[in-house]
Amino acid sequence: MPTPTRWFIKTSFVYLALALIAGLLLAARSLFGLTALGGLFPVYIHLLVFGWLTQLVFGVVYWMFPKYSAEKPRGSETLGWWTYALLNVGLALRAIAEPVQSVHPNPFAGWTLVVSAAIQFCAGLTFVLNSWNRVREK
Amino acid sequence: MMPRLSVWFVRASMIYLLAGFTLGALMLAQDGISYAPAVMAVLPVHMEFLLVGWLVQLAMGVAFWIFPRFGLPHSRGNETLIWASCLLLNAGILVVALELWIPAVFLIGRILETGAVIIYAAGLWRRVKPHGT
Repeated sequence: MPTPTRWFIKTSFVYLALALIAGLLLAARSLFGLTALGGLFPVYIHLLVFGWLTQLVFGVVYWMFPKYSAEKPRGSETLGWWTYALLNVGLALRAIAEPVQSVHPNPFAGWTLVVSAAIQFCAGLTFVLNSWNRVREK
Repeated sequence: MMPRLSVWFVRASMIYLLAGFTLGALMLAQDGISYAPAVMAVLPVHMEFLLVGWLVQLAMGVAFWIFPRFGLPHSRGNETLIWASCLLLNAGILVVALELWIPAVFLIGRILETGAVIIYAAGLWRRVKPHGT
């Protein structure tokens, strides 16, 4: 298993655990009326679907898809690392700023969400750029 | 190497990944700076593109590629069925996306997607088996 894949997969497990913790907090919010935990539901969903599932897929695709070439079997390793960094920085910014923006809206949290949105989109773009030419018949 | 049909499934899934990420980024930015509240209406399409267009379609393409094969010449079973599934699935996703403008077509899109999955399962059913049988 290549090194970027190991990072993708191990980090995805961390996000799975964080998502389930967020789920527990959501349940506690319902039970005890904790209004300070506003804005947590979209974070829970994205920790699960983006941080765990999509990150796991990105790592496995990087590992198992057909080789790009004998010299560069997995395309650009640099792009692979960029995908990893962008995905995790973008998601972490979102996980922090979205609940803050929901409970105490302010320009700093708001613009952090804008930056996070751009970074997460770039994670998808670098993944597709690096994987597209590995998806082929010959 | 991948069969042509898997290439179409997987590349289509990547296009939906980018489309879904684009819509998600627009909505997240709206949460941050409220530049166009109407953009939040794309939430169902964002979910459709990423859950069905990206994840389901990627799984279908990869399964068609790597599941155990039959003997030659029809090593991956009835490919016509799976091509039909691919077309129906993508038509269904696009029709569901039209719900932004024509809400009534949502059901038609879901019917197309359901048909696609049933046809796909029928086409792949016998490939869920031990290797070499």
